[in-house]
Amino acid sequence: MSTFVKFIIDGKICLSEEGKQLIEAAKENDIYIPTLCNYPGIPPKGSCRICTVLINNRPATACTTKVTENMDIKTSTPELEDFRKAVIELLFSEGNHFCPSCERSGNCELQALAYKYRIAVSRFPYFFPERTIESWHPKLIKDHNRCILCKRCIRGIKNNEGKTIFAYGRRGQYLEINIDPETSKNISDELAEQAMNICPVGAILVKEKGFITPIGKRKYDYNIIGSEIENQ
Amino acid sequence: MGNTINAVIKKYNGDETRLMDILLDIQTELGYISDWTIEQISKALDIPAVEIIQTLSFYHFFHREPKGKYTIYLNDSVVSNFNGKDEVKKAFEEEAGIKFGQVTPDGLIGLFETSCIGMSDQEPAALINEQPFPSLTPEKAKKIIRMMKDGKSIEDIKGNKYGEGNNSHYLMRSLVNNNIQERGPVIFSDYTPGEAIKKIVKELSSTDIIEEIKKSYLRGRGGAGFPTGLKWEIARKAQGDIKYIFCNADEGEPGTFKDRVILTELPKLVFEGMVIAGYAVGAKYGILYLRNEYRYMRDYLEHVLQEMRDDGLLGKFIGGKKGFDFDIRIQCGAGAYVCGEESALIESAEGKRGEPRDRPPFPVESGYLNKPTVVNNVETFCTAVKIILYGSEWYNRMGTKESRGTKVLSVSGDCERPGIYEVEWGFSVNDILRKAGAKTHEILAVQVGGPSGSCISEKEFGRVLAYEDLATGGSLIIIGKKRNLIKDVVLNFQHFFMEESCGSCVPCRVLTVVYKKIIEKIVRGEGKSSDIENLQKWSVYMKNNRCGLGQTATNPTITAIKNFKYLFDESVKNNSESFNTSFNEDEAVKEYIEIFNKK
Amino acid sequence: MTKKKKIIATASLAGCFGCHMSFLDIDERILNLIELVEFNKSPINDIKKFTKHCDIGIIEGGCCNDENVHVLKEFRKNCDILISLGECAIMGGLPAMRNGIPLKECLEEAYINGPTVKDVNPQKIIPFDPDIPKILNKVYPCHEIVKIDYFLPGCPPRADLIWNALYALVTGNELLIPYEVFKYD
Repeated sequence: MSTFVKFIIDGKICLSEEGKQLIEAAKENDIYIPTLCNYPGIPPKGSCRICTVLINNRPATACTTKVTENMDIKTSTPELEDFRKAVIELLFSEGNHFCPSCERSGNCELQALAYKYRIAVSRFPYFFPERTIESWHPKLIKDHNRCILCKRCIRGIKNNEGKTIFAYGRRGQYLEINIDPETSKNISDELAEQAMNICPVGAILVKEKGFITPIGKRKYDYNIIGSEIENQ
Repeated sequence: MGNTINAVIKKYNGDETRLMDILLDIQTELGYISDWTIEQISKALDIPAVEIIQTLSFYHFFHREPKGKYTIYLNDSVVSNFNGKDEVKKAFEEEAGIKFGQVTPDGLIGLFETSCIGMSDQEPAALINEQPFPSLTPEKAKKIIRMMKDGKSIEDIKGNKYGEGNNSHYLMRSLVNNNIQERGPVIFSDYTPGEAIKKIVKELSSTDIIEEIKKSYLRGRGGAGFPTGLKWEIARKAQGDIKYIFCNADEGEPGTFKDRVILTELPKLVFEGMVIAGYAVGAKYGILYLRNEYRYMRDYLEHVLQEMRDDGLLGKFIGGKKGFDFDIRIQCGAGAYVCGEESALIESAEGKRGEPRDRPPFPVESGYLNKPTVVNNVETFCTAVKIILYGSEWYNRMGTKESRGTKVLSVSGDCERPGIYEVEWGFSVNDILRKAGAKTHEILAVQVGGPSGSCISEKEFGRVLAYEDLATGGSLIIIGKKRNLIKDVVLNFQHFFMEESCGSCVPCRVLTVVYKKIIEKIVRGEGKSSDIENLQKWSVYMKNNRCGLGQTATNPTITAIKNFKYLFDESVKNNSESFNTSFNEDEAVKEYIEIFNKK
Repeated sequence: MTKKKKIIATASLAGCFGCHMSFLDIDERILNLIELVEFNKSPINDIKKFTKHCDIGIIEGGCCNDENVHVLKEFRKNCDILISLGECAIMGGLPAMRNGIPLKECLEEAYINGPTVKDVNPQKIIPFDPDIPKILNKVYPCHEIVKIDYFLPGCPPRADLIWNALYALVTGNELLIPYEVFKYD
């Protein structure tokens, strides 16, 4: 049987199983901590840094931290909120995010966070990097322009034999996510769909699918990201 | 070719955690790692090609295409640039008939630049087929290329004027000099290999060793300063049937070269320290993680390890004691500064990308192959041996209250006597400048602790080197008044961090590029005063990166702005905030006009 | 005494005029606006040249050619406050999708190889003349060329967002941005 622990988030007393990921434990207590790289059910990586919170006044990522008894957590100081905004702006600056022409617009988590923080423009210079679109895979399209390198697909998607399909390549500003031509060759429609859905942005698409939901009915047209957790 | 690949893979028992060694060995044999080779490795190890590329493409010394029979990596460090790198570069280019970044059409010579190779005391330096060529001049560069064209071997090109000490050992034959300017009482004092091992076998238990190290207040010499005794104690108490001792010889901080000299002259002291740590912690395996830039020492170091085995100082029944088993293997890196971070170093030794891990768990609890692992710096192990030999009381008499003992400093830049100085903690920057023969009135700044440290001005030269004041991993780069600080130093360092970021954390991956771009803009004379404000403001975001590289990657800029604000202000003073000087209309339409001019 | 009306100028650079259309979508509120402001240089009233210094300049579109740059700089000189209106002005927008492609390739696709032109341009002419604007190497967001004071996103920005922003700016009232009017598409 699992032990429950008591901890405090922004002054609110919370309960959850000991050792649970903080970000998920917060969710159980109706508290939303913004994230891009975390995805329920797959191992955390702490790469986007958006879920950075203060734990006993020291910064740590909520996705890689396990809750313990009496932990004192602050999720939204002005500095943390400004940091999150900055990270989102950095991602917009780094890639080529042309929302008006993107299949994922309205359902995109990066965009939704930017809406939440009312980001009108990035304070950082736009890079306009030269990136490619891989359209030669049988089922998938990989648009490197939009990839935010969160690693969700790498961590969450394996083929039927349990083999890696997605992996990092290069490093730093040239970091990229590559698809293995062999292990991705015979993936099922379901797996392709899963890969598309695990991607927070429009970097992985299933061919011939897109713009299915009309404007006005998309996930984040009227609902702020995280409101489904906070308004429970 | 297929045979070579299979033989290498067999040598490592098809173990994918040895992927680094497999790739290094194959590249040594075949010159580069082609897509076909990747496919063969993928089949032999039964892992997808994309996973091999994931590791391979992380390290800048791995090549996926031919980089020349002779591959020249010219050092692009700050001191290399001070000492005339540009002229050497030009000479290489002229004689080879190609530009840097290219390979001659006949595939003979490839010219590339690389980050600091640990030769700041003898710049400009280059690595040619892994062999260091220090103190280059344009004449030497031209001669080297001519000899290559004549088909001479690397050994012939090196000639026979080898460096001092063990640099001339028949297994090293390197042109590098040690430049030990001052021998201190700890590291460079008299040493007889095996004495400390004899002592512990005779009279000390593992807890005795840990107690003695704790009483000495020894702190990690890599820069972070974690108490060594405590680290060993946690590892000793950690659950695990197998434990590991890592020696971090991935000395990548630009301006630092002390480990190069210690490994050359005192390898047994380093290894003995690892043995002692193994004894204290209960580990039977040690790994020396050697940066690729020092791979030229590998055969020599392997030879030293064998000597120690022969002398009963390594292997089974060390010192004749039953159950005291410990052996060491050498793991080479392949070019990645971030691997100096202990968890990245462990990832790399496991055959993966050198990406720092999330903590907790810490390596002492779960490190190499998820076993308790102690990672210590080269100098830390050496110091531990001397503490065991002479006692913590002896050791505590040296240094300051917070920083006991000595520190080996790498001093380079604008001074008469660059090289290695072992001094007691508590010496001031001024003292070091005097020792190195730098004239204070000619000095603009000193970069203490490399790019991740700080750039200080004359006002602070009275500060002392100690954990409680100017903490340092041990490098001082002396920057003369004749230098352009922003261009020659800050820009170089920001470029370095941009190149070396692993890219995993967003703030580090993107802001390192932003900082480099803005500094470049300021150097071009197109900066605005708001740019300087932003550079100062945005660095707080770096504090939330996962590792030390990311957390300190804007230090070159912010410490320079803090201490030399007038230089930055001067360079932006004529530029308007309303109209961006950085946008140049003539430049922007040039490409369009050229398209039609060519027709 | 009536308060002095604020003077507004607008321009469309490398845009599609969609932002201006959306501006007109404030519908009957345009009558309220006219009470508060007067228009100077703008396609809305077809005044081609600045006849006086303006309080607010509204820019649609980024800069894709040298004429855009000249107009933008003229706006900066003649307006106290400049607003980037819509995605193109803010970050280049769809025209900036060419930024990852060499200019030569773009021109060849547009004038020679594209499916709609390849049969009608047998002489393979790409326009180049002193009288037509010169294309820039890439499309620039406006704030990379001059200082921009405010940014209103959207493709196009919702009429309510434009109205709320202008009303707040002109009257000094607090700006309210409801979630559903703040969009990038």
